[in-house]
Amino acid sequence: MDFNAENSYLNTKGRIFDIQRYSIHDGHGIRTIVFLKGCVLRCRWCCNPESQEYAIQTMMVQGKPKTIGEDITVGEVMETVLKDRQYYRRSGGGGLTLSGGESLCQPEFARDLLHAAKSAGITTAMESMACARYEVIESVLPYLDQYLMDIKHMNPAKHKEFCGRSNELMLENARKVAASGMTELSIRVPVIPTFNDTPEEIKDIAQFADKLPGVKRIHLLPYHRLGQDKYDGLGRDYLMRGILPPTNEHMQMLKKLVTENTNLECIIGG
Amino acid sequence: MAKYYVNEIAKTDRITRLVANLYAKMPEIESARAKLITESYRETEGQPIVMRRALAFSHILKGLPIIIRDEELIVGSTTLAPRGCQTYPEFSYEWLEAEFDTVEHREADPFYISEETKADLRKVDPYWKGKTSSELATAYMSKEALTAIDHNIFTPGNYFYNGVGHICVHYDKVLEIGYKGIMEEAAKDLSECKLGDADYARRSCFLKAVIISCQAVIDYAHRYAALATEMAAKTSDSNRKDELAKIAANCSRVPENGANGFYEACQSFWFVQQLMQIESSGHSISPGRFDQYMFPYYKKDLDNGKITRDYAQELLDCIWVKLNDLNKCRDAASAKGFAGYSLFQNLIVGGQTTDGLDATNDLSFMCINASKHVFLPMPSLSIRVWNGSPHELLVRAADLTRTGIGLPAYYNDEIMIPSLMNRGLSLEEARDYCIIGCVEPQIGGKTDGWHDAAFFNMCRPLELVFSSGVDKGEQISVKTKRVEDMTSYDEFFDAYKQQMNYNISLLVNADNAIDVAHGTLCPLPFESCMVENCMENGLCVEQGGAKYNFTGPQGFGIANVANALYAIKVLVFDEKKFTMSELKNALIMNYGKGIDEAGATDIAIDVISEMKAQGRTVTEADVAPVIQSILKMELPEEEKKRYDDILNMILAQPKFGNDIPEVDEFAREAAYTYTKPLETYKNPRGGIFQAGLYPVSANVPLGAQTGATPDGRLAHMPVADGVSPMSGTDVNGPTAACNSVAKLDHGIASNGTLFNMKFHPSALSGEKGLDDFVALVRSFFDQKGMHMQFNVVSRETLLDAQKHPENYQHLVVRVAGYSALFTTLSRSLQDDIIRRTEQTSDQ
Repeated sequence: MDFNAENSYLNTKGRIFDIQRYSIHDGHGIRTIVFLKGCVLRCRWCCNPESQEYAIQTMMVQGKPKTIGEDITVGEVMETVLKDRQYYRRSGGGGLTLSGGESLCQPEFARDLLHAAKSAGITTAMESMACARYEVIESVLPYLDQYLMDIKHMNPAKHKEFCGRSNELMLENARKVAASGMTELSIRVPVIPTFNDTPEEIKDIAQFADKLPGVKRIHLLPYHRLGQDKYDGLGRDYLMRGILPPTNEHMQMLKKLVTENTNLECIIGG
Repeated sequence: MAKYYVNEIAKTDRITRLVANLYAKMPEIESARAKLITESYRETEGQPIVMRRALAFSHILKGLPIIIRDEELIVGSTTLAPRGCQTYPEFSYEWLEAEFDTVEHREADPFYISEETKADLRKVDPYWKGKTSSELATAYMSKEALTAIDHNIFTPGNYFYNGVGHICVHYDKVLEIGYKGIMEEAAKDLSECKLGDADYARRSCFLKAVIISCQAVIDYAHRYAALATEMAAKTSDSNRKDELAKIAANCSRVPENGANGFYEACQSFWFVQQLMQIESSGHSISPGRFDQYMFPYYKKDLDNGKITRDYAQELLDCIWVKLNDLNKCRDAASAKGFAGYSLFQNLIVGGQTTDGLDATNDLSFMCINASKHVFLPMPSLSIRVWNGSPHELLVRAADLTRTGIGLPAYYNDEIMIPSLMNRGLSLEEARDYCIIGCVEPQIGGKTDGWHDAAFFNMCRPLELVFSSGVDKGEQISVKTKRVEDMTSYDEFFDAYKQQMNYNISLLVNADNAIDVAHGTLCPLPFESCMVENCMENGLCVEQGGAKYNFTGPQGFGIANVANALYAIKVLVFDEKKFTMSELKNALIMNYGKGIDEAGATDIAIDVISEMKAQGRTVTEADVAPVIQSILKMELPEEEKKRYDDILNMILAQPKFGNDIPEVDEFAREAAYTYTKPLETYKNPRGGIFQAGLYPVSANVPLGAQTGATPDGRLAHMPVADGVSPMSGTDVNGPTAACNSVAKLDHGIASNGTLFNMKFHPSALSGEKGLDDFVALVRSFFDQKGMHMQFNVVSRETLLDAQKHPENYQHLVVRVAGYSALFTTLSRSLQDDIIRRTEQTSDQ
């Protein structure tokens, strides 16, 4: 790929807050995750609270202020992404993953990143809640190999209470993306005690996912507290303080439940 | 049908019990060998040294107490106590006498020593005064080299005080023709020696020594046969009676004869492995390509229905246990450098055949299994990886890696083979390489590699640049230009190269002195009869008899030097953020972060030599108060702040290990300052020097002897290990670290490089985790990286880090892509991470 060429999509600018290489829990093979800044939701357990605001922020990290957020072109991001081309190839289909925040909050940037990756011959994936107009999603689909879609809850009211927005649009988009047949869709469920970790709640999501055409896999992602210190760093209150991660036994029980009630392959973790 | 059997074979209860018995108590020092060798040496004074060595070996094997431990199937023990060790006064002995009262309580590798043993050793040790290889080496060494050793520029301690070891012999030959066959070869060669031959004296004597040594080994095995027979008669347990009868039959046949079947091959292998360590006190005596030379015996028995896979696995497991029965007591300082009672018996599986096909077989898998079953440090299991390595073998290796045992180490054929050919091996030989000790490649049965010849601390010459070659008040190295007067980065780098070159020449001087001492006083005829071309040459390995001869001292601290050079270039010369003079003071004052007693002593010596230079009389009594006043000295706030700023500016610079080409280029150059000059030197055995880039665990104790460095490393902290990035500075993840490390020129470091990576077990969880891990290894190797080993952080480590955070300041854990310094996390997060170590295989 020639970064000096006039491929206009390489010049598209966007705002990211991190690039994480050797990511092996989000999509096929070894991947590089680009984290786009800005989110429509405000999930209480969010482990990347610095992703939520689009604005560039300062967060205290290990006692030192750190600027969160950087404006960067697609071409510049790709320079880092392509440093690991060898690893993508050797791991059988690794590549670029977009995450956030909600990548769809920066639709052109997201689309052009995926476009650039495909042009460079590496695979693409996107972690997203599908919380955008369907036309926006439709614009990225031609460049997207794998859609890792979060579904957090089937109950609109509870979704709104814990995530700041209701879930109808997302569920509708899930149906549309599945129907399009343009990408490999899998569903991911963060398992959050006090929010959605009961057998009924998980079963509801799994049965919804099972009905989506083409969806073969569901991931149950156990809640973790690794983002907790970031709330302090941003001077924010962590509303989930005191909530313990689900036990391994509980996760196994949920996995069994999903497997028994659906035709989906159920995986604990990414 | 599959090419090889990949299923995991179960472990038997016998193995669990053998391991438990082996570790029931602290290892012990025994005196039998010291007494026997002294008796023999007293009798043989005046005879040719190679003959004295053979006669002593024979006398030792006749008199050494023997024991068959409970339930053993493979027998042969060097000491009565499990994991005990003998002593080797012909190399050195004074350090042990000095440590008689502390060796049991020291922190690294303690040994129990009884009062009787102490008395025995005190009786025989005086005989060795003035007769040891270490004393002769000292006599041969230049004053300058001795000074450099005193000042911790490098330490050749390994062979200075011990045997050389570090070899892989022709196990295959012993398995095939037995020592009887080797004796016949020697006898034939002897009969062909003509009385008028120029080398008659030397060669005939060597061949006679070989015959004596081989006979000694045969007789030793027969002692075991007799003991087994006697024990069989006494036991009432009919199972054990049968086992002992079989042991007796084995020991009466091998290693005298060629092995008839797999069990005999296992027993024969073991006697070779054990007895080489009795002949000399060397470590890293490495079995090499065990899966290759054992395979014909296994295959034949399996095909004929003589053994089952389960039984073969149990025998392998028994050998693995025995490899941990051998032990060695080192002096306290060396013990820290080699911590973990390790004998570095490296055993490698996989790779290619001499004609370039994949060499994987059933035993390659079963060896990995054995390490999982026995779960002990020995053997140092290694795996050869090439473009054609089967995925299932690497996945099995990865599965062992994720247990946290630190095994296997992964080696890349695709760089090793050309690298060895560059040193003169043929293509077939290079394809047949194995690994010695930690990471050192050689062709087994043909090489005296003198691997591990010294630790060279590349940070010390950097310190010498700042002092123009003065250390502790003494001009010990080249007087390079004062750093305050330097006007360009090139001037600084030139001075570093001068300091390196001079000290490398001293390292060579020291190694060659020790080399000559070994050849003169401690030739090893038994070892040499299994190494080409000693018989033809009529010379022991130690005298240059082997086909290939190298000396491989290892440098370390590349990452520190690279980061330091980069910071100096950018901050001092390009951006002029501070001056050389400021940096020099910052280093002396440890960036204002406090000075310990060692640092204060250094400064005091400088102060006092200045006082002397001014013509003042200074006595011993004046030193202590100067040290005290330095320790108590409070830096002015302003100065302290300036040092702090300098340190922060340095720390903010990009570091090696983050896939930043400009910085990585400095690491390449730093490595070349060691590897390139070294390969121009020759050793007394007719070979050349070749660099290794690895530290074993010496980066910690030798770092403790190194002041603050311009990469922001504080005084006396560990230096970087091997070719790895400086601990805690690689923040872009494993692929970035791999890409940086791969940018070094590994091929020139043909004595081996060492790249250590740390992982949290969750990074290897599930099948996908293993697949991705294998892909990581392959991708690093695609870029011509040479070696990788992995430290998968165990639950125990993390619990210990919670208890003793001060010991784990650099412990990075990476959970699901989230990296953090473990000790900086809150307690509850630490608990989460510990909990996650238990969920590895399930996700």
